[in-house]
Amino acid sequence: MSSHHETPGAPAPRAHLTTDDVAKVAKLALLELSDDELETFTGQLDAVLDLAEQLDEFDIGDIPPTAHPFGLVNVFRDDVAAVGHDAEVMREEALAAAPEVEAHQFKVPPALGEAP
Amino acid sequence: MNTDTVVDAGKAPDSSSARHLGHEPGLLPEGWEMVVGLEVHAELATESKMFSPAPNVFGGEPNTNVHPVCLGLPGTLPVVNRNAVELAIRIGLALNCTVNRCIWARKNYFYPDMAKDYQISQYDQPLNVDGHLELPSGAVIGIERAHMEEDAGKTVHVGDDGRIASAGYSLVDYNRAGVPLVEIVSRPDIAGPEQAKEYVEELRSILVAIGASDGKMEEGSLRVDANVSVRPVGSDELRTRCEIKNVNSLRSIGRAIVYEAQRHVQLYESGEAPIQETRHWDEEAGRTRPGRSKEEAEDYRYFADPDLVPIDPSPEWIAEIAAALPALPKQRRDALIERGGAHDDAAIVVGRDLDGLALTAIGAGADAQRVLTHIRNNLAVDGAENLDAADFAELVKMETGGALTATQAKQVLAEMVETGSDPASIAAARGFEAMDAGELEGLVDQLIAEHPDEWARFISGDDGDRKKMQGFFTGQIMKATKGQADGKIVNQLLSAKSGG
Amino acid sequence: MTTARPVPTDSVLDIAAAVRAGERSAVDVLEQHLARIAERDDEIHAFNTVTDEAARQQAAAVDASVAAGETVGPLAGVPVALKDNLSTRGVTTTCSSRILENWVPPYDATVVERLAAAGAVFVGKTNLDEFAMGSSTENSAFGPTRNPLDTGRVPGGSSGGSAAAVTAGFAAASLGSDTGGSIRQPAALCGLVGMKPTYGGVSRYGLVAFASSLDQIGPFTRTVAESAAVYDVIAGPDPRDSTSIPKQHVPVSATLGDGIDGLRVGVVTELSGRGNDAFEPGVVEAAFAAAEALSDAGAKVEDVSIPTAVAGLSAYYMIAPAEASSNLARYDGVRYGLRKPGPNTAAMMAASRTAGFGDEVKRRIMLGTYALSAGYYDAFYGKAQRIRTLMIREFDRVYENFDVLLSPTSPCVAFEFGAKADPVTMYYNDVCTIPSNLTGQPAISVPFGTGAHGLPVGVQLMAPMLGEPVMYRVAAALEGLAP
Repeated sequence: MSSHHETPGAPAPRAHLTTDDVAKVAKLALLELSDDELETFTGQLDAVLDLAEQLDEFDIGDIPPTAHPFGLVNVFRDDVAAVGHDAEVMREEALAAAPEVEAHQFKVPPALGEAP
Repeated sequence: MNTDTVVDAGKAPDSSSARHLGHEPGLLPEGWEMVVGLEVHAELATESKMFSPAPNVFGGEPNTNVHPVCLGLPGTLPVVNRNAVELAIRIGLALNCTVNRCIWARKNYFYPDMAKDYQISQYDQPLNVDGHLELPSGAVIGIERAHMEEDAGKTVHVGDDGRIASAGYSLVDYNRAGVPLVEIVSRPDIAGPEQAKEYVEELRSILVAIGASDGKMEEGSLRVDANVSVRPVGSDELRTRCEIKNVNSLRSIGRAIVYEAQRHVQLYESGEAPIQETRHWDEEAGRTRPGRSKEEAEDYRYFADPDLVPIDPSPEWIAEIAAALPALPKQRRDALIERGGAHDDAAIVVGRDLDGLALTAIGAGADAQRVLTHIRNNLAVDGAENLDAADFAELVKMETGGALTATQAKQVLAEMVETGSDPASIAAARGFEAMDAGELEGLVDQLIAEHPDEWARFISGDDGDRKKMQGFFTGQIMKATKGQADGKIVNQLLSAKSGG
Repeated sequence: MTTARPVPTDSVLDIAAAVRAGERSAVDVLEQHLARIAERDDEIHAFNTVTDEAARQQAAAVDASVAAGETVGPLAGVPVALKDNLSTRGVTTTCSSRILENWVPPYDATVVERLAAAGAVFVGKTNLDEFAMGSSTENSAFGPTRNPLDTGRVPGGSSGGSAAAVTAGFAAASLGSDTGGSIRQPAALCGLVGMKPTYGGVSRYGLVAFASSLDQIGPFTRTVAESAAVYDVIAGPDPRDSTSIPKQHVPVSATLGDGIDGLRVGVVTELSGRGNDAFEPGVVEAAFAAAEALSDAGAKVEDVSIPTAVAGLSAYYMIAPAEASSNLARYDGVRYGLRKPGPNTAAMMAASRTAGFGDEVKRRIMLGTYALSAGYYDAFYGKAQRIRTLMIREFDRVYENFDVLLSPTSPCVAFEFGAKADPVTMYYNDVCTIPSNLTGQPAISVPFGTGAHGLPVGVQLMAPMLGEPVMYRVAAALEGLAP
């Protein structure tokens, strides 16, 4: 596992977003787009990315990113086990919301490949 | 395995990881060696999950150990289990890591058993970094990092033929979702299958000793992925590696590593090269197979989890956890070795958690090596708790003092474990008394005279013959003395009389 | 057509006082509000769900407690509406999305528990831009909400339903969520007081996440005092939210009337709208009139420049979509919500998400996915998070010299449906409100006069972290000075 984002940095000036870029992103996000949608979204997203160029006007030097505006650290809970309500009730309420259930489990079509 | 490479325990290995400490020859064609790094996922022994109060227990009816948080229900938020962090810090300290301020990151990917479709893990600022683990053989394996994360649920594939990609459907159980894990990533310092197994066994015994994990591979508490590559012997380079998933027993770790390394060598030798990919070990077929389809780009889009705040362990907190750490297996082995025990025996005795008994007996004046040998060979783990350490020491003293032969001592020990009696009473009741050497020598001479052919084979046969005949004569003497002869002295006598 | 003010009804404080004293029954109060809902919500569409039956039981329980002489809470019998992205056990929580159309949560949000414990009666779940992404409530999968002050116009968003519900007299107060202005902007457009607390001041547990580092829950009310009363009930640490500030809440109601003499008010040059064509003149005039009124009343008012404030919009549209792309990954058709069939898990997930999300949600998910992806992280998301730090430092420095800052809440008054179809034009609505979300600091919108078409204008007051007490003091004064 590499510990660094592979970032060549944004090209300046920024290359415009292409339909290929958007198609790739849509695939990563599990969204299906028609050709028309792809065209429309590409233009709209590119316009938003134009906004981001404004950020280049500021010198961020070695300023760290903000994790929490209040600077909290070390927030913990005690190691005490409890289910939501009663275990059976919790399970029934959880399964009741599911689109498809079998043998008290969530049923899905076959997975392609294993988890990463 | 090369056991004579000893490295100063206090010295961390060179992180650039150049040369192996123990090349394991004979597994790859001449001129090639393996480069192996292991990623071990250890489930932590907590009461509740990493971020959710749902119970952390193995098994259970599907979807009963769940809570809105670990089901990833909309609107729920994670809160870190303090005990899980303490156990993770213990692991870091036991592996000689630096314990750092760290943050949580989201690893984004879609999979049905990951309830939020992202895993909360650690990425560029992990808890523990830059440690090392010294193996019983003396090799030192670098630890790159040991970071915290949450486990996924379980997807059971119900297919026509049970294969993942076949038709059918899958069932998802979230009992395991959110169980706290520490992922321990070694540097590519491991020389081959034997060292890999040794590493996992040593790591496992550490995790168990410090109470961080139950270490049960069969229940998935400890899961191993292996990063495997090969290179020409003597080279420092790190070539393309493949990550082998699903190597979940000590046996399959060794087999998978050898298979994969051989595959790489074959590719290189036929003018091709392996591609960097994730592969799965198929235990039945004895081979690795490609994992996810290659065109699926892996882009996990890591970013700091905005639902959680950093962990910044204070030096006081770390010191407190360090002070409460029990002795580690290495320290326990060293304690036995310092008192005169053999390295391998010490490892076995500590592995069986019987070093306390051994130290007490040795402290009471018993010979260290005899103590370890008895524990290693003659004490079933289950019976050891019935044994009084003082009685055990007394037994060993009787034996080394010549009052009992080795065989007699073994029989007395068995009865001590069974009845709890002291060795002197048992020996007396059985009428054991050691034969003196003169009496034995007469017997040996008599047997040699009675079996000239066998004696000739003992003197001039090949190694196999000699061994066989030694067994024959020893057996005859034991038979004649009803087991009261000291086998060691018999061997000495036979050897002396054969002139060798 | 135009009514410049919200429907006048009994205030939160009057209702609670009367119910506690046994002078009015909670059931009667509820029925009045339910009658208004029955009369007008078909037209307004403030609610996705009206929980009239459960509300009647809650009201009856409050009355029974009062009759039995038991202590009842500070909001006893007060009808409250909840934005439909707040989890309510046993009551559908849709986020105005097809993907959660039928989701019934098995747990209550912390704010819901606190309001219930205070005696509030929940009249229903209010409409919003899908997953709180929008500034007009036009992005609801279940149709838009109309502004009760002019039904040809939007109520603002994303908490448009919660704003409309109070303005129309359907509830005495409501809760919304504010990620980039989603409480303050609709409050401004509907003539209400809307407050976004300090990040971590109110628990987010049970708020369906849009952008976790920016989301906060806050109240809509007709007046500042009512806002303070509701905020005092919902604020305070919560062990279920790791980002909740572990400090005892300091009630703001007690110090509301302490006055503003000598307080320092800064008018933020970059957000004031002066000389900026994107702002309606009426809005800019109202904001400066408010500043002048505060000055006349004894505050020290000065202009102040915060250069990074203009970067807020850009940084926000990197950070919020990035977090959203991850937060909304869980809507995959496996555990809850909409499922569309597919030959394998990934295809099923993609089909479900494609059918379940509207266009604005898809836009933001894709934008965020892009901003986080390998090769672009540093240029977009990473940089935006650093700008955020820079912005926090600048605001902190300014607050060394000022108690509160002032700007318009929104560049415009309530606009007509379809007027801002282009996404970036719509995003500009949040230009004044976004900085407080990025810094985590509190901000409140207070009605102050009218702008174009006689529609209300909101003036925003901003304060440093946990600066709610002083912010509420100035808000109360401003309310008293309003024309």
